[in-house]
Amino acid sequence: MLDNIYLLIQAPLLNVQILLDGLFVGSIFALAAYGLALVWGVMNVKNLAQGDFVIMGGYTAWLLSTWGIHPIFGLPIAMVLMFGFGWVVYVVIIRRVIDKDMFTSLLATFGLALVIQQLLNLAFGPEVQVAESHFAINSFFDGLVTVANIKFISLLLAAGLAAMVVGFMKFSRMGQAIRATAQDARAAKVMGIDTDRIYAFTFSLNAAICGAAGALISMIWVIQPFFGIGHSIRSFVVVTAAGLGNLPGVIIAGLSLGGAELYSGFVFGAELQQFSVVALLVIVLAVRQVQQRRHRQAVK
Amino acid sequence: MTVSTMFLRGLTFGVAAAGLIAVAPAQAKVEGNTIVLGSAISFTGKYSTNGIHAKNGYNLGVKRINEMGGVKVGGKAYKLKIIYYDDESTPLRTAQLAERLIKQDGVKYFLGPYSSATTKALAPITEKYKIPMVEAEGASRSLFNKGYKYIFAVLSTSEQYLASSIALAAEIAKKNGKDPSSVKVAMAFENDPFSLDVRAGVLDDMKKFGMKAVIDDKLPRDLSDMAATLTKVKALRPDLLVISGHSKGAATAARQIAEMKIKVPMIAMTHCEAAKIVQKFGASTNDYLCPTQWAETLSYKGAAFGTAGEYDKLFKKTFKGYKNVPYQSAQATAAVLVWKDAFERANSFDTEKVRVALTKTNMKTFYGNIKFSKGGNNIAKPMVLRQIQNGEFNVVAPSEWASHKVNWPRK
Repeated sequence: MLDNIYLLIQAPLLNVQILLDGLFVGSIFALAAYGLALVWGVMNVKNLAQGDFVIMGGYTAWLLSTWGIHPIFGLPIAMVLMFGFGWVVYVVIIRRVIDKDMFTSLLATFGLALVIQQLLNLAFGPEVQVAESHFAINSFFDGLVTVANIKFISLLLAAGLAAMVVGFMKFSRMGQAIRATAQDARAAKVMGIDTDRIYAFTFSLNAAICGAAGALISMIWVIQPFFGIGHSIRSFVVVTAAGLGNLPGVIIAGLSLGGAELYSGFVFGAELQQFSVVALLVIVLAVRQVQQRRHRQAVK
Repeated sequence: MTVSTMFLRGLTFGVAAAGLIAVAPAQAKVEGNTIVLGSAISFTGKYSTNGIHAKNGYNLGVKRINEMGGVKVGGKAYKLKIIYYDDESTPLRTAQLAERLIKQDGVKYFLGPYSSATTKALAPITEKYKIPMVEAEGASRSLFNKGYKYIFAVLSTSEQYLASSIALAAEIAKKNGKDPSSVKVAMAFENDPFSLDVRAGVLDDMKKFGMKAVIDDKLPRDLSDMAATLTKVKALRPDLLVISGHSKGAATAARQIAEMKIKVPMIAMTHCEAAKIVQKFGASTNDYLCPTQWAETLSYKGAAFGTAGEYDKLFKKTFKGYKNVPYQSAQATAAVLVWKDAFERANSFDTEKVRVALTKTNMKTFYGNIKFSKGGNNIAKPMVLRQIQNGEFNVVAPSEWASHKVNWPRK
């Protein structure tokens, strides 16, 4: 471990590589986490199938790429298909559990996650898949730092998509209605908003965002039917750290999570790379707990 | 009586009846002129692809033996048949299904499941019931140092998978006038029984040559990113990079080695073929070294199938959709051949006699020579190392079987 830290000091350019890789993948974590925050904040549904939605999006992009459609063009298609899928899931499952207690919705989405994993496995097999972009790879500093163009493009796409979603929430009528429902569903209903439709739309929008994140993941990482859980956990970590409805927080937390993963992978070894995600969750929860206690005391 | 109580009664009766059928007298292990083998193997779940490869291998072995007149025991010819159950890639299920095969189906002769994990779950059960098992897909060496007496494996154990790459690196260092102990090795192994065995074998051989490990990372089970490990590789410039993490490890590594332009003179990894890295990543995978249990280009030869090449052709003709015959299929077929050989030499269906015959197995097959150690693993067949050269897999080590020269350093 100390050798690895020493290595970072000796060759500071390695930090650039690690930070860049963290930034690229962190932007996708942030995107998926934003979708989770949306559903959580508006509907109070904690979607445990979030990561599996991401993987589904990835498989869509990958499948299209095997048919000769470039994964970048596969991305919007994945979004549209996942939007439709999200709507179906809402009508079939989520609508029935939305006003039940928290455990019902957790169990329902957990079950959904298992079903998605197994169906993907049946359909595509357990192999790892990648959607190849065939873009160039740039080297800097004598090859010590490399950046694949696709990673850079995926960062731009993630940022663009996030901006679009934020703009949509701010300026469109639907976005306003979603925010109104999030603030007070009953009041929104009284004002004539069809909250059921809002919920359906929100859930589908989240699925579409996941579809996009998944398409990006399939281009810069790898996908496999059972990799969803890792993405679910990451989304939860980011949302818990940032708090609901805190968009800049989600972005910062997502990017830092990407960086933290890569740094801990470098310093502690790859076996602790994903461990760091869970460790962060524990730390974040502990810190929140302390903060809230202080808050409550102040109220007293 | 309400409908629901009627339903409940009907259900109870039905369950009871099913239970009675289940405990009905077990079928014999040899039915008429058919010898019944049993296997709980993965058709669904994470091992499904290779499970099905193995099943195809078993089926081809059975088909060929039956076509050639079957198994001759006591002057009579018997046909072979296999009962399969799907273990859903979970070891617990493999164990349950093994009990079912033994107790309900009366199977007395086993073919192995796919993977070390499921085989590990199964071995204690075949031991308990004294049922011999010839397995072809569990390579972990922990299967063979427990003193099990009823397990026989046709494949090379996992610690041999990448050990030959160390020997090759030492050979090349010597040729270049360097001391083998100066070779720096970077290791990335998944944290699972199989890969850790591979790692143990590599470490043993490194010790032999006095080589140093500059990186020793253990990859998590659901690994989708190796960038941190590879950044270290970039900084430390090892002479040899060895990776083992099943198909997902190979695919992730191949993708990121290309993406990060990692330049190491020698890269060796397991599961190159299973991960289809050549199809996926093309020329960037050139000069990777990949161990294999078997290759169709090897000059092995046996009675039932002829040469390895002939087996390859027959397999592709029998099962559509295979561009390459996976070694998982070849070794499965070899396991069936071992059963035939053992039955004929034992000249009996007594499990104990057949087991003794199995311990004395010494045969030449298209899959290589087969001879079991006391622990039950095959000690007569080496692991071969192939190099990806312009998209082709060519055998480069050990020199006895090599068809091509090794490209070093890789570009």
